[in-house]
Amino acid sequence: MKSSVPKLIMAEPLTSALNHTGSWRVFRPVADKEKCTACTLCTNVCPEGIITVSRETKVDIDYNYCKGCGMCAEICPAKAIVMEREVK
Amino acid sequence: MSNQFFAPGHTACSGCAQSLAARLVLEAAGPEIIVANATGCLEVFTTRAPQSSWGVPWIHSLFENVSAVASGIEAALRADGRSEKVKVLAFGGDGGTADIGMGSLSGLMERGQDVLYVCYDNEAYMNTGIQRSGLTPPGGNTTTSPAGKKSIGKLEGKKDMPAIMAAHKASYVATANASYPQDLKRKIKKALSLPGAKYIQILVPCPLGWRYEGKDTILAGKLAVETGLFPLFEMENGVVTKVMKLKEKKSVDDYLKLQRRFAHLYKSEAGKEELAKIQTIADQNIEKFGLLEKEEAKA
Amino acid sequence: MKKVMEGSMAVAEAVKLSRPAVIAAYPITPQTHIVEDLADMVANGECNAQYVNVESEHSAASAVLGSQAAGARSFTATSSQGLLLMAEVLFNIAGMRLPLVLVNVNRAVSAPINIWNDHQDSFALRDCGFIQLFAETNQEAADLVFQAYRIAEDYRVMLPVMVNIDGFIISHSFSPVDIPEQAKVDEYLPAYKPLMKLDTANPISWGTMGGPDVYSEIRYSLSQAILNSKPVIAQAADEFNKIFGRGGSGIVEGYHLEDAETVIVAMGSILGTIKEAVKERRKAGEKIGILKIRTYRPFPEQEIREALKNAKTVIVISKEISLGYTSALFTEIKAALYSLAQRPRMAGFIAGLGGRDITLSTIYEALDVSKKEEPELYFLDTSKELEMLEVN
Repeated sequence: MKSSVPKLIMAEPLTSALNHTGSWRVFRPVADKEKCTACTLCTNVCPEGIITVSRETKVDIDYNYCKGCGMCAEICPAKAIVMEREVK
Repeated sequence: MSNQFFAPGHTACSGCAQSLAARLVLEAAGPEIIVANATGCLEVFTTRAPQSSWGVPWIHSLFENVSAVASGIEAALRADGRSEKVKVLAFGGDGGTADIGMGSLSGLMERGQDVLYVCYDNEAYMNTGIQRSGLTPPGGNTTTSPAGKKSIGKLEGKKDMPAIMAAHKASYVATANASYPQDLKRKIKKALSLPGAKYIQILVPCPLGWRYEGKDTILAGKLAVETGLFPLFEMENGVVTKVMKLKEKKSVDDYLKLQRRFAHLYKSEAGKEELAKIQTIADQNIEKFGLLEKEEAKA
Repeated sequence: MKKVMEGSMAVAEAVKLSRPAVIAAYPITPQTHIVEDLADMVANGECNAQYVNVESEHSAASAVLGSQAAGARSFTATSSQGLLLMAEVLFNIAGMRLPLVLVNVNRAVSAPINIWNDHQDSFALRDCGFIQLFAETNQEAADLVFQAYRIAEDYRVMLPVMVNIDGFIISHSFSPVDIPEQAKVDEYLPAYKPLMKLDTANPISWGTMGGPDVYSEIRYSLSQAILNSKPVIAQAADEFNKIFGRGGSGIVEGYHLEDAETVIVAMGSILGTIKEAVKERRKAGEKIGILKIRTYRPFPEQEIREALKNAKTVIVISKEISLGYTSALFTEIKAALYSLAQRPRMAGFIAGLGGRDITLSTIYEALDVSKKEEPELYFLDTSKELEMLEVN
């Protein structure tokens, strides 16, 4: 039985993931996996939460969402992340 | 996954500490929570219909009433037996906490209901375009307290919300900072383990409003703490239980010079006087909270 | 069981029997007795609701918004300034499709500050999306509470309902009221089954920002929902009649409309006095009828047109005014009758503002004036001679 309430008044969880904010970038963080020590500081400070770090695969950035703020590059103690001008 | 409860794709500004803080709060609080959110940056950039960044049940309250909406949710959970398992969090910015939301926050605190109130303090009404708030620090250049030929920016001080909350006998009061993520998460967990009304104020630097480059968000937050301007402490039942001590005192200049919202203070005599006042505030905080005291000295 | 009781107590009893899980309210005269009676019931274990002592009406409405969203049947009550203070929240509650029941004890609005009865408060909120019902008597005040929950929580409706009762006239007066047994109420009003709720098992986001691309559709659906609630309102009254043996059609009620040349239209307790006045005049041979409007929102324009289609003169007596024009009720009824092939003469009267007593003379004044004139804005029983400030 249909109610009179449209689904549109609610939003499903985590659906902002459909919005790829990577298109905002001017600068792109480029990670040197050799230099990365997997300290996880970058993971902790990314406002988008799209950096994953593991001992095996080191630092991984989801460029679909990265806005290019540079906070990861700033915090990296090993200077493993460098901000480069994005070429589209 | 660092975005299990808070998805990317939200439209926060690049380098926004509030989005970082929200993500960290949810990581620490876990899935068994309901969030009520006042009008402001966080609410707007996470929920443009039909999308939402939230992975926990979430409701927008309007501007001055998030504490009251949270009170109602808490009462409903007590009524249907979910209150042991599910916790209620109320999120607000400057306005929703200290200005328009002050009345309902005071009511919640007075009733002592089981709600954790989190204030995302970016020191102005950022969502509507950087207007002055009760949490804007003195000397701050905002669009409604602009620096000008006859003005050094905001004249008045920053409302001492932690003290006001402590005076309400909140069971737990803490200040936190997005630049200290582990400390922030620890405080969220601690608060949620305690009964009653709790208050945590998180300083969340805003690149757009404070006028600094987004990459320096963590630095800005750190300097706020290291100068003594935003001391990190915890209180239980009105008494300070823990502070984050400083290894050394940094001059407020290190912090203020990073942000163009204070640049005008370095260009006039009146500005210089204000700078001295700001240094005094920092010094008073350091004294009051014993931020430079060595551990031995306390014995 | 019939017992002489205060109108406020009748409402409180009805609320208690409706088994609310959360009550949040802020006191304001003349609503206070309702929330005090409920507090008593909770304190004595007669009512199991969580009673939240909020610090303002804005917070009262906000708290019940939160509790309804979390799946709890909730209740609040207010008047006048309190209703105005919670205005933005009421719009929000309707827009979020929360089936709250709010009892508004009608009281005049400032300025001047005045605690006595009129309808300016609920009329100021007529656009907010709440279904609005008006009670005529203490009995009806109680009965409409049950019906309100039934209507609100119906999946075809899912809208908040405001039950309006006249301040002091209903709230503080004593009369015999039949308060039904819990078992019968449970039969009429089953437990609340939320259509949606804040639940960690299904973590939706509620109250999102709806931009220009979606807002129109959402407001359209809201408009449709309240317009389509009319049959549900009628059905709720019908079912109430079957179980409790009383109650009208739910929408409008006509008296002597069959032979009426003049019909007086009104809402609320004023109808008691109007019925007496009309009874007297009918004895003298005047063909006068009465149209009682119980449901003001959604506005029952069809029912009004049907009831008044044969009237030669329609008199509207209302306890409110939309400043800058005339009584909102008059305006809306006039608009409803616009499409009639034969439009009646119409006279619009304002009465009872700020608790000004409405007597039989007041009604007679309206009847007599409307014989000769068709005023759009006529203040009954009001002295027009005021001394103004001097300018130096």
